[in-house]
Amino acid sequence: MLRLRGREIYFAWLLHRISGVAILLFLFLHIVDTSLVGFGPGAYDTFVSVYRFPAFRVLEVALVAGVVYHGVNGVRVLVVDFVENTNAIQRQLWWLVWLVFAVLFLPAAFVMLRPVVAVTLP
Amino acid sequence: MSVTTSVARAYEHRHARASSSNFELWSWYFFRVSGVLILFLVFGHILVVHILNSVDDITYAFVAERWQSLGWRFYDWLLLALALTHGQNGLRVMIEDYIHPRGWRIAAHTANWTILGAFLLLGTLTIVTFATMPGVER
Repeated sequence: MLRLRGREIYFAWLLHRISGVAILLFLFLHIVDTSLVGFGPGAYDTFVSVYRFPAFRVLEVALVAGVVYHGVNGVRVLVVDFVENTNAIQRQLWWLVWLVFAVLFLPAAFVMLRPVVAVTLP
Repeated sequence: MSVTTSVARAYEHRHARASSSNFELWSWYFFRVSGVLILFLVFGHILVVHILNSVDDITYAFVAERWQSLGWRFYDWLLLALALTHGQNGLRVMIEDYIHPRGWRIAAHTANWTILGAFLLLGTLTIVTFATMPGVER
């Protein structure tokens, strides 16, 4: 597999695999739930109403976190693969992944969790 | 330097012990190309479905209206097909990494390809056969 340098890069690789599998498992569920549109509004609307439970909204945020991490870290892998002499800046690239992750994910999480916070706090 | 040689060089650089199999080279290349395409498609999907709208808005009527547009149907199908094949490829690499007994490995690969085919078929049928007008009861 990849030539790994340092604990961070091993962690990056491990998290990439875990997020990839988690996203794929959700994709299977998502294909099944969307297929219910073929059975009319009743079947589809009943099933997707489950996604509105607060617990599922938190899982939705976790899913978006997984997708954003997998995408941003994937770009890092592309940079390391195709740009020359990136070995010296591996660690900086890793922190850049988390910076970009935070910029993309935190506002998205705020928007998605507003209804949950509104229910919990008066 | 042509794209193909620079891709092959990058691949060999990362996979010093890899076999000379062409399939593995194309699999590795497909991972990168599909990943970049998915990146754009999935961020657009998150923006439209999770940020601009929310799970409160996702109903049969929402899907029916969205799929009145051939463009959205193609967008959704492309994301479906790329994400499924990208994920299947990831599982395939993980099977190679973690499942060593020959019989189990063959069974896992067979299951992986079968699951890809079944979900791709179900997803494609869902998108292609959906024909209801918005608000129209079946």
